[in-house]
Amino acid sequence: MRKLVSAAIGTALAVFAGISFHHSRHLREPVVPGPAVSRVATLGDYFAPLKGTINDANIYILEGKEPGGTVLLLGGTHPEEPAGRLAAWIFAENAELRQGRILLVLSANRSGTTATRIGGAYPADFTIPTAWGGQTFRMGDRWSNPLDQWPDPEVYLHYPSRQQLAYVDIRNLNRCFPGRPDGLLTERTCYAICELIRREKVDIEIDFHEAELQYPVISTIVAHERGADLAAAASMFISSLEGFAIGVENSPKALRGLSHREIGDATGAISLLLEAPEPFLDATRGRTDRRLLLTGRDPFVVRAGRRGLLFEKIDEKGWPIDVRVGRHTSTVLQVLEIWSGDHPDRAVVVAGVPRYAEVVEKGTGAFLKDPKSVDPGRLSFE
Amino acid sequence: MNTIVTVLYYVLTAYIAVLIVWNFLKRKSWQEELLYVIVLIPFVLRLLRLK
Repeated sequence: MRKLVSAAIGTALAVFAGISFHHSRHLREPVVPGPAVSRVATLGDYFAPLKGTINDANIYILEGKEPGGTVLLLGGTHPEEPAGRLAAWIFAENAELRQGRILLVLSANRSGTTATRIGGAYPADFTIPTAWGGQTFRMGDRWSNPLDQWPDPEVYLHYPSRQQLAYVDIRNLNRCFPGRPDGLLTERTCYAICELIRREKVDIEIDFHEAELQYPVISTIVAHERGADLAAAASMFISSLEGFAIGVENSPKALRGLSHREIGDATGAISLLLEAPEPFLDATRGRTDRRLLLTGRDPFVVRAGRRGLLFEKIDEKGWPIDVRVGRHTSTVLQVLEIWSGDHPDRAVVVAGVPRYAEVVEKGTGAFLKDPKSVDPGRLSFE
Repeated sequence: MNTIVTVLYYVLTAYIAVLIVWNFLKRKSWQEELLYVIVLIPFVLRLLRLK
């Protein structure tokens, strides 16, 4: 009888946890494609072995009336850095294109959106408030879900450099570029993204990220050498016009697998990576909950800042999600404006996307569309 | 090759889960029983592909 009671307690715990994990893995995130979205392809269209897998991510193709250049925006390379996915979401639902094309991936590592960090006590999801009630997103993790790629090796050897990296980074999309066609899921996803860039002749690829304040590469544009001038000009214009400061870092040649290095080397695209501050990721944070994710306010991180342990400022106002999303949208808009001015034949001219000040004033939710307001046939799901 | 390694890891997981259940059945104290039950949960969730 006692063993039956123990087994029942265990079963109850397993069912409770299992329901939560199943919900987290299968939560559907609706996307209302905006006026410029001409079609939705998937990564599997560019690399057939990825077709039908969890990382067969949607690619929203936005086309202008006039021909021009092509830009790829990658959200969700690290899904636990949600400002990147939300910025890409805003482009997908709001952008109007006058010239050129924008290719949007909202869940570059879709597998990574379906798990949270083991031992990290992350929330399973979070909700952005909107006038129509709010939209819920999966929280996600830095790495692909072990359910989709398991086990990890003792040491990860990056392909093709054979550089030794941390074992877990074999599931890190931003350590697996340029990818390997016969590799593991994460490597194959990177290969598919590079194939997309090559086949669509992408001019600029921009990878959205967030970073802990204890990490020195923060509030910056990391640029491949072919994009250094573009990033430097964008940094100057942003710092003088947009209401926030952003720096520029050169992509290191010795650290392999990152998008800003490998995409620039392996394809014809200029590769840039944007970093915004996310106190939720700091090791010294307090409770790791939805409030911290959305407000970016944490007294322990503030205390770390007072002790000079951080590479970015923080005060009691924190780093709210709207500030982080607005930094990304404005940075992309500035990059596109500078690029288009310098390359009129390869211009990408976009309207309808809010800049930093507007996102901060109105909130990210003001730019998310109500999925109930459109024909269900028009919806896509991430 | 990768698929074979993954399948082998699932077989290992099932084997360890069976060992944990076996130990659970052999325990005399309820504290140890509960300990084995809790240890078993992540193995079951992995085998069911929930976590």
